[in-house]
Amino acid sequence: MADATQYCTFWVDTLYLGIDVHSVQEVMRTLEMTPVPLASASVVGLINLRGQIVTAIDLRRRLGLPPRPDDQEPMNVVMRTDDGAVSLVVDEIGDVIEVSNDTFERVPDTMQGEHRALIRGVYKLNKQLLLILDGAKTALPELSYAAN
Amino acid sequence: MSDTGDSNEIVNEFLVESYEGLDQLDLDLVELEQCGGNAELIGRVFRCVHTIKGTCGFLGFGGLESVAHVGENLLSKVRDGSIGVSPDLTSALLRLNDAIRSMLTHIEAHGKEGEFDHADLIAALVRLTDAKAAQVASDAAISEQELADALELPPAIPLLGEILVEQGHVSTADIAAAVHEQNQTGAPRVGEILVARGATTHAAVKEALETQQDARAGHVSDGSIRVDVALLDRLMNLVGELVLARNQILQCTATNADSTLNSTTQRLNLITSELQEGVMKTRMQPIGNIWSKLPRVVRDLAVTCSKQVTIQMEGAETELDKTIIEAIKDPLTHIVRNSIDHGIESPRDRVLNDKSPEGRLLLRAFHEGGQVNIEITDDGKGIDPVRLRAAAVDKGVLTAEAAARLSDREALHLIFAPGFSTAAKVTNVSGRGVGMDVVKTNIEKIGGTVDVTSTVGVGTTLRIKIPLTLAIIPGLIITSGAERFAIPQVSLLELVRMEHEEAKTRIEMIYDSPVYRLRGKLLPLVHLNRTLGLARTPWPNEPGAPDVATSIVVLQTDGVPFGLVVDHINDTEEIVVKPLGKQLKGISSFAGATIMGDGRVALILDVHGLAQRAGVLATDRDRHAAEQRTEQRAAGEPMQTLLVFSSGGDHRMALPLSEIARLEEFEPTLVERTGRYDVVQYRDQIMPLVRLGNVLEGVSSNAAADDMMQVIVVSHNEQYVGLVVDRIVDIVETTVSVQQRRRPGTVLGSAVIQNKVTDILDIRRLVQDVDEEFLAIAPTGGFALHG
Repeated sequence: MADATQYCTFWVDTLYLGIDVHSVQEVMRTLEMTPVPLASASVVGLINLRGQIVTAIDLRRRLGLPPRPDDQEPMNVVMRTDDGAVSLVVDEIGDVIEVSNDTFERVPDTMQGEHRALIRGVYKLNKQLLLILDGAKTALPELSYAAN
Repeated sequence: MSDTGDSNEIVNEFLVESYEGLDQLDLDLVELEQCGGNAELIGRVFRCVHTIKGTCGFLGFGGLESVAHVGENLLSKVRDGSIGVSPDLTSALLRLNDAIRSMLTHIEAHGKEGEFDHADLIAALVRLTDAKAAQVASDAAISEQELADALELPPAIPLLGEILVEQGHVSTADIAAAVHEQNQTGAPRVGEILVARGATTHAAVKEALETQQDARAGHVSDGSIRVDVALLDRLMNLVGELVLARNQILQCTATNADSTLNSTTQRLNLITSELQEGVMKTRMQPIGNIWSKLPRVVRDLAVTCSKQVTIQMEGAETELDKTIIEAIKDPLTHIVRNSIDHGIESPRDRVLNDKSPEGRLLLRAFHEGGQVNIEITDDGKGIDPVRLRAAAVDKGVLTAEAAARLSDREALHLIFAPGFSTAAKVTNVSGRGVGMDVVKTNIEKIGGTVDVTSTVGVGTTLRIKIPLTLAIIPGLIITSGAERFAIPQVSLLELVRMEHEEAKTRIEMIYDSPVYRLRGKLLPLVHLNRTLGLARTPWPNEPGAPDVATSIVVLQTDGVPFGLVVDHINDTEEIVVKPLGKQLKGISSFAGATIMGDGRVALILDVHGLAQRAGVLATDRDRHAAEQRTEQRAAGEPMQTLLVFSSGGDHRMALPLSEIARLEEFEPTLVERTGRYDVVQYRDQIMPLVRLGNVLEGVSSNAAADDMMQVIVVSHNEQYVGLVVDRIVDIVETTVSVQQRRRPGTVLGSAVIQNKVTDILDIRRLVQDVDEEFLAIAPTGGFALHG
């Protein structure tokens, strides 16, 4: 691992999160969504990204956080995955930051629950902690119970 | 299509494929030499040579085959590890590669194998194969020789001079002189010099030039290029985008008076349409491309089965998308093989049945309603639904009861049931079945449907309907729950719209299942809002239903029609199908998504998945499928043939025709008595008579004592039982929805047939009771034993 890694950061509820900057295709304001009936709750819908159909996943729902206030306009972080592009719907976009790898630590064992698997680790920044998302796992939510 | 045309095409394809294989082989051999053997690489090399050998044998190129065969022998030893990879080995193989290539070039140019002497190559290969030790000794010498050979290029397009000499117009000396002059002066062409020198005529040169041109065009790899379908897909997508952008611009300019902008937009419009058509065309191929292989298949199989079969093709020029052509190739071959193997009888049997000894197989393809229809018809013995039912029970695909309830049409569809695919015994009995489930699955995978009709003794027709292309399909756009959805037109039968007042009475309930009488048949209804969990919209006849019109989209899947109730029917449109992400793959109700003219995404419904979800179809597609289908009879079923009869005045009853052996009339004087049963002597048996009045409550007989007795003869365990009824009313083909279940046993339930309430009898139960009782009191054991 290099000494420093660049992350695209964003806020979801109170969490400060980051994903590898190389996996981010683009960041966009809210796009028109087509909801998908029967899909998993964290799938917000489908968006038309210049002719490409992209599934949007609400990170609040995906991470088990309270729903976003109605007056808050979400942002889309479009991420490249092996299975095509996926959009992560977040509250607010942060900077692209470079962090030193010696501030990295694994998630402490005291954090439990199903969302633990989505967090690869934590960077101890001066003011706060930066949680690193596992992009591939986040992009693939559990299939809906409603689906057959 | 002529015979030579067909075989030329096969040879051409063989050449293109072989050249490709050889190019790869070159690369692989070099890699093999550089980094030694790995199993995957050696496997690939082996397969390439093996394929060429196999195809040569098939096409009758014996010389090429024998060379490739020696190479294959050697490679098989390399593959199993008994011979190691050495430079010696790879150079011998490269030499083999070049030898094959030069032979292929000759075949390409002359249409037949040339005289090649590959004795020393063969010897070298054999030596390598046989003597591992010898290989070390002769190492260096052979390698050099082989490398030199390997550098020799195969003859390409003949020179003009050569052609002229060959055609006898000029002598070699004339050519030499002309070439010399050309080299000196540099300017005119050889042909012109020859004419100027008076060595030959203008016409002869022209002829020679044409020959040369032909040779050039005949060079398969020059005449066409192979393009990755993925690239075409990408182009197709881009064109789709362009169409959307065009639509948006058209909308904008419609309100704009600027004439320059308007005319530019019109041009953009035209160019886009033309481009779209062009890109579509690059992917289209005539179905004849895959049909052309069938005559050979038919011929070979007919010889193997000692049958005489002619194949006829209509509509070979019908075009289909490349990916679809690929996808139906195997199913089609399979169906054709089945038709010959099981459908068409031996010449002797055919003559005995007053048919010509030569069986006829007809392939038809035609466009209809934005789809391609392919029909495969044989004039063979047909499929007997009765035997199919028996075979299904035998094989454990269905219970006897479920099998008996199937209509003939449903029974025919048993050939597509998975359980039918393996047992040869069943195949022999049923006439069809090996892998037909796979055929069906493959066709459904590309959005197609397959249907079978058959008349015993006359023949069988399989009808395949497939979309023209996978990328752009015609779809019906509907709105439900404030969202738009697209329904592939393939599954669409018709549209029904009713005002609220009408809908309140026309939509009826069977318990909580709504149905609509569509031309006298019960059509089960499914509400899209409810099925997708969008909203719990009440049915029009339920309290709290909004006063709006009801729109029913009548769809069909697996031969089962059902009505999909939607909020609003919008329009039909050509839609560009795009796949859904992995997150949504598990939802079988959607086939994909598309982008609408306003740029928003709309989901494409998967009619089959939706029907399954709504319980219209049996959800389980395995061997229980058909049983479940009969249980879900209330949800609507395809046609059944019923015998309707009456007893006691107006009391109408019905039996599936398939249950009935014969209809007979007896003089009342023939009736004798044994135990508590009336019996008649019938076909060397004592047949008990069942008066329905005795076994069914509330059924009496109005028949006078001396009238002829109307008897429905059914057979149970080879024992005949006669049902005495008053009157045979009719034979009807209808959908049956059992609406009301009565006491178990004798009556399955009631249904509306020809607008009258009719009891459907459970004949098995009825007869079984009688039969057991009758056998118990029978004076002798002379009846057939119970199974």
